[in-house]
Amino acid sequence: MSDTAARFALRPWLDRRPWIWSFAAALLVWLLTVAVVRGRGGLDTLAVAVQFATFYVIVGLGQMLVITAGPGNIDLSIPGVMTLAGYLAMGTMQQSNAGLIPGLLVGLGVGFGAGIANVAMIRLLAIPPMIGTLAAGFVAQSMAIAYSSGSTAKPAPALAAFSTMRVAGLPVIALVFVVVAVLAAQVLRRTVFGRSVLATGQNRRAAWLAGVRVDRTIAGVYVISGLLAGLGGVLLSAYAGGASLDMATDYLLMSIAVVVLGGTSIAGGQASVAGLWGAATLLDLVVTMLNVMRVGAGLRYVVTGFIIIAVLALAKGRARA
Amino acid sequence: MLALIFLRQPRAASYFGLTLLLNFSLPLVFAALSQLCVIALGDIDLGIGPFVSLVNCIAATLLATTPALGWAALALCVLAYAGMGALIHLRQLPAIVVTLGASFVWLGLALLLLPSPGGAAPDWLQAATGWRPPVVPLPVLLAIVAAVVGEWLLMRTSYGAVLRGLGGNQRAIERAGWSPLAGRAIMYGVAGALGVLAGLATTGLNTTGDANVGGQYTLESIAAVIVGGGEFFGGIVSPAGAVIGALIMLLTGSLLSFVEISSDWQLSAQGGILILVLALRAFGRRPAA
Repeated sequence: MSDTAARFALRPWLDRRPWIWSFAAALLVWLLTVAVVRGRGGLDTLAVAVQFATFYVIVGLGQMLVITAGPGNIDLSIPGVMTLAGYLAMGTMQQSNAGLIPGLLVGLGVGFGAGIANVAMIRLLAIPPMIGTLAAGFVAQSMAIAYSSGSTAKPAPALAAFSTMRVAGLPVIALVFVVVAVLAAQVLRRTVFGRSVLATGQNRRAAWLAGVRVDRTIAGVYVISGLLAGLGGVLLSAYAGGASLDMATDYLLMSIAVVVLGGTSIAGGQASVAGLWGAATLLDLVVTMLNVMRVGAGLRYVVTGFIIIAVLALAKGRARA
Repeated sequence: MLALIFLRQPRAASYFGLTLLLNFSLPLVFAALSQLCVIALGDIDLGIGPFVSLVNCIAATLLATTPALGWAALALCVLAYAGMGALIHLRQLPAIVVTLGASFVWLGLALLLLPSPGGAAPDWLQAATGWRPPVVPLPVLLAIVAAVVGEWLLMRTSYGAVLRGLGGNQRAIERAGWSPLAGRAIMYGVAGALGVLAGLATTGLNTTGDANVGGQYTLESIAAVIVGGGEFFGGIVSPAGAVIGALIMLLTGSLLSFVEISSDWQLSAQGGILILVLALRAFGRRPAA
């Protein structure tokens, strides 16, 4: 009796919080990892996973806004923009702290430019976002290839120190972006821009009729996504001690995976910022766990794939039931 | 658009020129048709590239050493694709993420089979892709056959219309008494079979296996379908267009080397041409809309 009552209360509560599943899965995987290493260095594993998860979260935030703005909207230029921003920023910094601010601005400028280019193609030329952003990513990537020959790609020491710094065992960069994520959630929930993104994603025409500046909103999400990809590229190359041409290849698929696993609706109109952290941590912990178990690269990919599908099938199935 | 490419490289218009130029189009043509099946349903397949790699690895290892096991594995691949379609329908999952997850599975399996590039294609497969029919070069012949068969099955038969309808208005198809589950499973199964063909063609051409060979096919196949006149929504696709789109994507690369653009900028130019084609189409459509 009380059991059914509890279930009735639990279901709608869970349905409104699709991100719970990614956290639950992340916790499970972490416990498994800790069990495998028999408790040694468990917290350290978590800290490392969170550190790497941060980069997924940074670009995932932008991707989430784009996807939330409605069906068909997606940003496939992220990896190209990250690579180009990383290279140009490192090139500007020339390994000196004096170049830190200009370098950061160059990186953000690359992202901003890419965002504007994406918007121009989608709005003025009526190109499907998937193809337009993909093409923009190609252009950015080949610019990075052309630039990379004969240039140093090392970060400013201060930025490198910041990106690897830890406070009480926790990576600082992760803490910063936890705060950013909280702010982003508030922006989505409480500001005109945030509500516009959600409304546009739910029903573009209805939003337009209600007076939402639909075109401006969509332009906004692509520019923000570009900026975050630029920032992500700079920070990733600082963390890795330099930019490399293939550093961002994973991010095309991962940026989409963390968004959707985190409970954001791929059909748009529903976002979950918290889920980004859950999903990003989950994906990193899976890799860590399989590394600890000394599993080969092949099996690691297979397991990652099955986990993505399984979490999705579980969470989505519950949300609909 | 094709005429333009021939105009710029007249030497390519001979039999041997065409064969050399287009030989590597075979995998992409099949991959594009596979992608088309999925896009016709309103879905998108982010896993076709790694799937082609997996088939390539199976063909270069199992199929060459123990043919029976190899064919069984390939049949299993097709079934896995059909199963994926069924799962997407049953749980109402976003196809873009399921195929994304599946792409990791394909890549992982391919790496398990063949951790480093190697293996050898079966002789008959090499012979098949090396066959030179009279008058019309093999890639052209197969591209035409694929376009005609695809066009007929999907655009001219009544069940083809039902399948396209699934992408356009699933409820209408359901009300009319057709099973959307079966339709989706069949469409994904066909996509899987075409993916297998793409993988076999790759193996015949490259004569070895490589777990990363198919990576670029995912995005190129999507681009081919869209350049060929397909839409992401509403089951609007064109098999013949997709075949031409695949050829355009391939020829872009060759065209660039003909006009001697540095390979650094190849990706850039490919993206640029994509934008150009779509922008032209948008402007062409505007008066009608």
